[in-house]
Amino acid sequence: MTAPDAAGTPGLGQTPGVGQTRGAAVRAGAPSGLPRPGTPSGIAAAARVFEHRAWQYRRAFRGSLFGSFVNPALFLMAMGLGLGGYVNAQSPAAFGGVTYLHFLAPGLLAGSVMQQAIFEATFPVMEGLLWRRTFHAMYATPLGPQAIAMGTLAWITFRLALVASAFTLVSALFGATESPLAILGIPAAVLTGLAFAAWMGAYMATQRTPDKFAAIFRWAIMPLFLFSGTFFPVASLPASIQPIIWLSPLWHGVELTRGAALGTLLDDPFRALIHVAVLVILTVAGAILFVRNIRRKLAP
Amino acid sequence: MPMNPASPPLIHARGLTKRFGAFTAVDAVDFDVAPGEAFGFLGPNGAGKTSTMKMIGCTSPASGGTLTVLGMDPETQGPEIRGRLGVVPQQDTLDEELTVRENLLIYGRYFGLSRAECGRRADELLEFAQLSERGSSRVEPLSGGMKRRLTIARSLINEPDVMLLDEPTTGLDPQARHLLWDRLYRLKQRGVTLVLTTHYMDEAEQLCDRLVVMDKAKIVAEGSPRSLIEQYSTREVAEMRFAPGVQDTLDGQFNGLADRVEHLPDRVLLYAEDGEAVAVAAHDRGLRPETVLVRRSTLEDVFLRLTGRSLVD
Repeated sequence: MTAPDAAGTPGLGQTPGVGQTRGAAVRAGAPSGLPRPGTPSGIAAAARVFEHRAWQYRRAFRGSLFGSFVNPALFLMAMGLGLGGYVNAQSPAAFGGVTYLHFLAPGLLAGSVMQQAIFEATFPVMEGLLWRRTFHAMYATPLGPQAIAMGTLAWITFRLALVASAFTLVSALFGATESPLAILGIPAAVLTGLAFAAWMGAYMATQRTPDKFAAIFRWAIMPLFLFSGTFFPVASLPASIQPIIWLSPLWHGVELTRGAALGTLLDDPFRALIHVAVLVILTVAGAILFVRNIRRKLAP
Repeated sequence: MPMNPASPPLIHARGLTKRFGAFTAVDAVDFDVAPGEAFGFLGPNGAGKTSTMKMIGCTSPASGGTLTVLGMDPETQGPEIRGRLGVVPQQDTLDEELTVRENLLIYGRYFGLSRAECGRRADELLEFAQLSERGSSRVEPLSGGMKRRLTIARSLINEPDVMLLDEPTTGLDPQARHLLWDRLYRLKQRGVTLVLTTHYMDEAEQLCDRLVVMDKAKIVAEGSPRSLIEQYSTREVAEMRFAPGVQDTLDGQFNGLADRVEHLPDRVLLYAEDGEAVAVAAHDRGLRPETVLVRRSTLEDVFLRLTGRSLVD
């Protein structure tokens, strides 16, 4: 016992008797309907789930942050500058008067944040529900499925914000940003990622193995990554295909990040608002499903 | 609800039922757990013990019947109830990426404890679980017994009113089990209410003041280990093993030797007040078992009597 007023964790301490009687035995005699002071609920409960992820992340922090800078630098170097050099020389006007680097960087920002989101919503969810069962551990405490799902999404938001910020910083260092509005590309990319993460999390919460992950990545995420106006303008696709691209959440995200990077975002605020609305609606719907599916798994 | 104010039950169940689709996992069970009691659910795998525990632990909604835990309704006050329980699940749910001590700290945070309070309690609990030296080691390389002790320590971080232990020592070697029983016994001595499930009759005998025997989703008997043995078995048992094939030829030869005879695939159990006398009488009849063991009746015998089957297959 360290403190004289210590309540005495049941069964603890080396000196039986004194100071040991409060705790379980005594409280046990007086069941009451009152919640204990400090029982976290709502946002406070989700914050505890977030905190758990932060504890885990502390060890991986350096390597992960390093990667967040190195990856965009490599891509912008190889594709933006390397490939872009040829593209710019061949058809200087192809990208609406900006260099290929300027066109590519915001597309890659949204695209790589989307990919990160898919990872963040797959393995930690499998881990929480099946592998390490950390969600089950949480559910044995006052935390419930809603706190677990929302805390997980909050953590994903934080992670995506780190990735998007690092990407934006690297883009700026490459001279790929035209406007201070580029900073808005960060929340735009994060929102894009969340729209994917919420649905991916909801889906993976129904799975017993991560087997479907590879198929989803190959058949859904990669095509979206390649054809959502990320690497080339949608206008260069056949007219019949273009409306299909509008269904891609990533396309809405890329429109926003590109508008931010090139400073044209607010030229047509209504258009921007529609893109934001699509992504917000997707995120909210996915989050509701995510909570529901986690509840089904935890409380059969 | 009329409750005796001196000692209202901490857990009160009437007609408690759990169904999964067409399958009934728990079929209208009644039980009460009093403060300070060590209460057990004894039964084989699949008897409905874990489903019952999950309903008490407010992590699985009841399909029927009434249940109150700490005077509250699990359906509407799950988080408040869970805040006052200490749960040791059947399957470890430790975070193997974190250290031993970090597992305790973050778990305390789930209950809304301050970081300082979590730290103070974590150190005490590491001491109690005999893990102080391993505090900064990762969980992953710990032995099964150490992980169980850590799980028990973790479940105490909120100073629970009731501990729920689901198969606390399953899968542990005998030495690790005894160490764990010692810790649980200390908790019991301090007046912590323990509710546990087990399919080990020795565990039930060691730890439980009172228990219910569960089989096929129902409670088939209730009482203290001693009273159950007195009610459903004799004082002693003579176990006889015969050479392979011989036992099948002995039908009827045990008649009148004992109060009751059970034929198991590998041995014959003869229930009587005086097992030694039975062994002698059997010898006099010309029965020549390869081994004879005279022992006290256990809960295993109670279970066999009640269900016609052994606890551990």
